[in-house]
Amino acid sequence: MQVRVKYRVVKSKLAQALIVFLAFVITLPLIAIILYIFKEGITKINWTFLTHIPKPVGESGGGIVNALIGSILIVFSASVMAVPVGILCGIYLSENKTGRLSYWSRLCVDVLQGVPSIVIGIVVYFWIVKPIGSFSAISGSVALAIMMLPILIRSTEETLKLIPFSLKEAGLALGLPYHRVILKVIVPCGMSGILSGILLSVARIAGETAPLLFTAFGNPYLNTNMTKPMQSLPLLIFNYATSPYDDWHDLAWGAALILLFTVLLLNIITKLTTRKWNVQL
Amino acid sequence: MKLYFKKELILAILIMLGSAFFSQNKLSAQNDKTLLGAGSTFIYPLFSKLFSEYNKKTGVEVNYQSIGSGGGILQLTNKTVDFGASDGPLNGEQATKMGVPALHIPMASGAVVITYNLPGGSSNINLTPDIIADIYLGKIKQWNDPRIVGINKGVNVPAFPILVVHRAEASGTTNIFTNYLSKVSPEWMSKVGTASAVNWPVGLGGKGNESVAGLVKQTPGAVGYVELIYALQNKMEYAKVKNKKGKFILPSLASVTAAGNITLPADSKIFLTDTDAADGYPICGFTWALIYQEQNYGGRSLDRATKLLNLLWWNIHEGQQFTTPLNYAPLSKQALQVAERILKSATYSGKPILK
Amino acid sequence: MTSIAGTKREKNSSGQIRAEALFKRTLVLIGCAMVVLVLGILLTLVIESIPSLKSLGLKYLWGKTWDPVNNVYGAFPFLLGTLLTSFLALIISIPFSFAIAIYLGEYQPKGWLSNFLKNTVELIAAVPSVIYGFWGLIVLVPMVRTLEIKLGVLPYGIGIFTSALILTIMIIPYSASLGREMIRLVPSQLKEAAYSLGATRYEVIRSVVLPFTKSGLFAGILLSLGRALGETMAVTMVIGNTSLIPTSIFAPGNTMASVIANEFTEADHTVYLSALIELGLVLFLVTVVINMVGKRIIKRFTNE
Repeated sequence: MQVRVKYRVVKSKLAQALIVFLAFVITLPLIAIILYIFKEGITKINWTFLTHIPKPVGESGGGIVNALIGSILIVFSASVMAVPVGILCGIYLSENKTGRLSYWSRLCVDVLQGVPSIVIGIVVYFWIVKPIGSFSAISGSVALAIMMLPILIRSTEETLKLIPFSLKEAGLALGLPYHRVILKVIVPCGMSGILSGILLSVARIAGETAPLLFTAFGNPYLNTNMTKPMQSLPLLIFNYATSPYDDWHDLAWGAALILLFTVLLLNIITKLTTRKWNVQL
Repeated sequence: MKLYFKKELILAILIMLGSAFFSQNKLSAQNDKTLLGAGSTFIYPLFSKLFSEYNKKTGVEVNYQSIGSGGGILQLTNKTVDFGASDGPLNGEQATKMGVPALHIPMASGAVVITYNLPGGSSNINLTPDIIADIYLGKIKQWNDPRIVGINKGVNVPAFPILVVHRAEASGTTNIFTNYLSKVSPEWMSKVGTASAVNWPVGLGGKGNESVAGLVKQTPGAVGYVELIYALQNKMEYAKVKNKKGKFILPSLASVTAAGNITLPADSKIFLTDTDAADGYPICGFTWALIYQEQNYGGRSLDRATKLLNLLWWNIHEGQQFTTPLNYAPLSKQALQVAERILKSATYSGKPILK
Repeated sequence: MTSIAGTKREKNSSGQIRAEALFKRTLVLIGCAMVVLVLGILLTLVIESIPSLKSLGLKYLWGKTWDPVNNVYGAFPFLLGTLLTSFLALIISIPFSFAIAIYLGEYQPKGWLSNFLKNTVELIAAVPSVIYGFWGLIVLVPMVRTLEIKLGVLPYGIGIFTSALILTIMIIPYSASLGREMIRLVPSQLKEAAYSLGATRYEVIRSVVLPFTKSGLFAGILLSLGRALGETMAVTMVIGNTSLIPTSIFAPGNTMASVIANEFTEADHTVYLSALIELGLVLFLVTVVINMVGKRIIKRFTNE
């Protein structure tokens, strides 16, 4: 009997050790990636890197200012398009928990979340690039905006669901019209939740490459015109990483470092804001 | 009261942003100094240099994306770019799909080199057409195959598996390469054929000359085909290839020029592969810029069409000085005349653009 | 709700009523817009793939050759490549993601160490896929090549196996975080009852926690499968891009997403392009179904 119990206890301990081991092993790749990109990237970033456009093929030097500005513009206009729509849709879904339209709408948001990014790239190519007759930054923004929507809608809906119903009742009892209750009472209450949703969705799309392949297309020059093709960080990394040129690899490492840290920073900020918000509630 | 102010403020900001956006667009429509091209990666190092110089000289920004020749043709067909660039002329179906005549303007010629990464191996090993075909057919699997060793006496060819690298997408470089293999190997002709994208019997694919070179450079034992300049700039090994006259020729500016020394037909569509020239490298080809003959389509302005034509005109004249430093062969006198004639046949609403 | 809203002041009421109606209409409109958007995506894909549906029919999916020269298009190599990479990644990822889920859900739900683990796992999901691809190409590929030389297979370094490794890292967060949520839903009475009977921790996990959460864990696996199927950039960079049917897990191949990424801007025949879009359509349908099933299971599980 004693032996049997001991055997079981030992087995339990072994299982625990194995689980702890397996669970923590997975942090190694992330740490390895961050350290490696930091090591490769940090030495490449300097003033020229940040303010110059790439040199012709095979000539060393140059920078990635075109991709940097391009990424900022594309992501910014994607947010301008997606944020109002996403928040309003989130409001709609949280206000209409039942009903046929909201059921289908919610289902479609779920579907949208699962759509592979490359498919969105194809579709936007046929919606915007082909009819207009030119690759353009704005088509890239539309593709990214579509990818932002599900995250925005979900986080808004989830946040607003948690706002106590009594708040809304109080607003309505004061005679405020419905839309003002929503926009001036409910939404501000859930602001930090919505904000973290925005940040999270920006972080998600900032590194997206696949939808940009057929839309924003790339540009070796600095371009701020949204109706023209534009370079962006993920595109630049993809193109330069697969090339044989060491100079291009250097640019790609620098770009990867900037992109990685932006995305991680956005995620960490999101985490901090949500934590604060949780405490408040 | 405070709330209303906020609303107005937001409105004002939106109006400002909107007007800024539109004014910028208006401005850009009047003073648009950009052109968009896409296609061949074979010519990309040259184009990238040319357009950078052209930008310094005229301020016109030419955005050239090296997505592969097939891509250049397709995007021109879809009218999403101002010009395409391809290392293979349009085939029948592509021309039909385009619907209207497209002009092929030769830009320069270059060599497709067989580049390899052989740890401990010698540089510039000899290869014959059959060996190249059999490597790409998957029949020769080891570097120290008796046939390879047989023509490389006294040269170190270590025992190493051959890892074949080819292009992943529709490519003019592939077109030149498969055109050559089809000429020299009946088996290749019947099994694989000539095209910009084929069903490769073995190997792994890279996107663009860049990526093929990248893969070969990174993978011990790999063999691939890229434009000469990619191998030179990245200090990669490349092979001498036996030409029709039985000589092993190292790809170089001289041997490409020798192969390109032929009379161009009026439409300039010709392959240079498997040349008769004794000192000519056998796997060469032209790159053509592709434009629509009638430039008034899809609401294009005369100004834009003229800009495009001026750019191409500059490419075949002043631009030619940049070819030799990058080991592309410049157009011969006769080729230049053909190219000029073709460029002058471009029209806007039926009227010639270049005088 | 409208009855409460009806008790508003008379003053400036008509403007308010109009604004309110406008607001409500906007909300409904945007709700509709989502449906239209998804239907639009589906419709675009279907319409654009009609040429290939017509000329190739259903046998397209089983066709073993992809040969644009002769206009022969068969999606089987890509289907196989997609399934191989995804399932390989799934199999490798399961022990890790379950371990994380059990650790965070059962062994140590609180504390700085588990916070660290939880945040790390979430950050793994945040790293852009192109960065995984770049890192994989430069760091992982030479490592796999060394392994392949030891195993005596062709040392490409690039191929199905390398892609699966990258995918493994990328999909672990999905099933891990979901699994953790599920495990925390296990009623403590059940566990306490088992402990009181003298069960060890391992026995509780094996006989109470896992059976109770098995459908939830399965849903987590489905969701990470959906993610793996659609992943494009990282895979494109390390899979080798060949249309041959992969002969082993170390062979180069292609997935549906990577073939679209490579060939979409250069497909020059009507049928060629349309065949690629049909691949997109298949990808769309498969991932949607997998996601829907996964979410349905989770919903049922959390409602119980």
